[in-house]
Amino acid sequence: MKLMWFHLMPYTELPDDFRERHPSVWVDIHSSLFDPKRAHVMYNEFMDELEYAATCGFDAICVNEHHSNGYGLMPSPNLIATALARRTTDTALCVLGNSLALYNPPTRVAEEFAMIDCISGGRLIAGFPVGTPMDTCYAYGQNPSMLRERYLEAHDLVVRAWTERETFAFNGRFNQQRYVNIWPRPVQTPHPPIWIPGGGSVETWQWCAEMDYVYCYLSYYGYKAGRATMQGFWDEMARLGKDRNPYRAGFLQFIGVAETRAKAMELYRGPAEYFYGRCLHVDPRFATPPGYVTEATQRAGLESQVQKAANANPVLGSTTGTRMQAVAREMEDIVDRGYVIVGSPDEVVAQLSEVATELNVGHLMLLLQFGNMGKELAQYNTRLFAETVMPRMKGLFSEWEDRWWPQPMARETRVTPAAFHPGALAAE
Amino acid sequence: MTQPETLSVELAVSSCRVWRRGTGRKLGFLAGFGGLPRWMPVLDRLAAQRQLIVPSLPGFPGAEGFRSLDTHLDWLLAVHDLLQQSGLDGADLVASSVGAAFAAEMAALWPSSVRRLVLIAPFGLFDEAEPPADPWAVRPADQGALFCADPARWAELKALPEGANSIEWPIIQNRANEAAARAFWPLGNTRLERRLGRITAPTLLLWGAEDRVMPRPYAQRFAAALGGPSEIRIIDGAGHLAELDRPDAVAEAALAWTA
Repeated sequence: MKLMWFHLMPYTELPDDFRERHPSVWVDIHSSLFDPKRAHVMYNEFMDELEYAATCGFDAICVNEHHSNGYGLMPSPNLIATALARRTTDTALCVLGNSLALYNPPTRVAEEFAMIDCISGGRLIAGFPVGTPMDTCYAYGQNPSMLRERYLEAHDLVVRAWTERETFAFNGRFNQQRYVNIWPRPVQTPHPPIWIPGGGSVETWQWCAEMDYVYCYLSYYGYKAGRATMQGFWDEMARLGKDRNPYRAGFLQFIGVAETRAKAMELYRGPAEYFYGRCLHVDPRFATPPGYVTEATQRAGLESQVQKAANANPVLGSTTGTRMQAVAREMEDIVDRGYVIVGSPDEVVAQLSEVATELNVGHLMLLLQFGNMGKELAQYNTRLFAETVMPRMKGLFSEWEDRWWPQPMARETRVTPAAFHPGALAAE
Repeated sequence: MTQPETLSVELAVSSCRVWRRGTGRKLGFLAGFGGLPRWMPVLDRLAAQRQLIVPSLPGFPGAEGFRSLDTHLDWLLAVHDLLQQSGLDGADLVASSVGAAFAAEMAALWPSSVRRLVLIAPFGLFDEAEPPADPWAVRPADQGALFCADPARWAELKALPEGANSIEWPIIQNRANEAAARAFWPLGNTRLERRLGRITAPTLLLWGAEDRVMPRPYAQRFAAALGGPSEIRIIDGAGHLAELDRPDAVAEAALAWTA
């Protein structure tokens, strides 16, 4: 299986009384809370952590896109991924991803992803989320009633831009371009693997099946809450006649590993309570712009509420923002509910193997830095996981082929970036 | 309240419900934010003296389709066709909130299609110094207090009727909010201000004294830009949807203006 190291890049110095004094971590979070000189340190440490994860042998390092967000400092994950491309060699670079409807024209995404693919020698995973309501509709002003249509059209444009050999005119409903002809073009053919981070909407599952894309459920609420969604996904795959190849799916999980469970509880309490307490403090005003959730998904959500069925999916019809309202914010609850898997290496192996097999997920995206966790602890968590957990999990799903993994250029044809030696010229 | 006659107008985008009640000279009514999930008291008052015709705008309760309307021009033509086919060509129009923005557009683009105009706190303008409230960034529980002086009026409008489908009903209400968003997201600014000078129909601007969506100075902005005669009247005890809070006062003013 694939073990991937994911960074959200949370601002780590939100004040203790953030929830009491500020309405939201997202959209209208106050600028006075942001210190650019501290962010200089944070960005560089976060990138150290990502590079360290690559050194430790994780299959991929992952970044994502958020706007006006106190727990996600990457309005442009492409900038970070490009820097990482120069400082890593074989690790896949998973950009999860670019919210397509936010780019005008969307060929910008085709170009930037092609650049990352060229610079990295074909190591890019291209993620295309619709994007949360907070990012897309509020921070970026996109019309929620047209967001999905724009997203789907932008997707078509990007894929055509990557694959058509001749300059073409794109005559879309929302995008019209006379000359589409991107330079550079991606290394991977026909294009980098496309992964779709999504909530629990049936339409997204069907689309992933139709397009043969990886579906990623990036929830902050762990495997217990994710079970119903992944069950829904696999039921839909079965209904559509698709196999149960676990590499069709990705799943996000927070992890805190230490020598003992007691030590892990002690070490990760602060960062976990910071994340669930402060980072997920989103004003419910921004949760549900009308039209963001499709009517089919609203209907499914309302029906499951009405039926109160045992397998009712609490995610259907809800959004990132609505789910954040009911989150547990204290360590014992956080662990009980499975948001964060905390324990000794043996305990983490046992729980994470259960997650992978029960949810049937071949791509686990692991948050080993979260909340206000400092670099030292993040690297301890990362190293201990790599040394004690990873080797015992890697063999899972070896009977399946991962058809959705990057196909880089051969190792010997890829360049090694020159090391940077400031002042070297003067010394010569 | 007795129920009106219910007709239907077929547009390319949607089949649209048209309510009709009363006799006499025609008077059109376009609802505000949230639309008309049910008949309401102001319509009774208006229909007591006139032949009242109430078309549902695309996406609002009674008219399901609207998702092929991509541009402002698409919307304007759909509303124009709807009014024409409802028999409202050349009639007086009373319109509220988002509906009032469309009524103003009709009078600007097709001056002979509207005789006299009553606009209740119309959308369409945006002033950075005094921005309207964001009607799409509000918790469901707080909507009533945003749109009405008395939140109970909004709750009555939106309450699930006995025997109605409890799954479809909330979807219809969400759809109305989405339709408004499709036409007016994110600021409500359709650049209507550039066209107000074309409106020659005498226009009454009604504003709830407790409007928490559209600041009162927007009444003056409209009045100053209109190309024809206008008057501003403030309705005490009313919020943004003044016709919900004070149906008698709104109907009386509207009937007098269009007499």
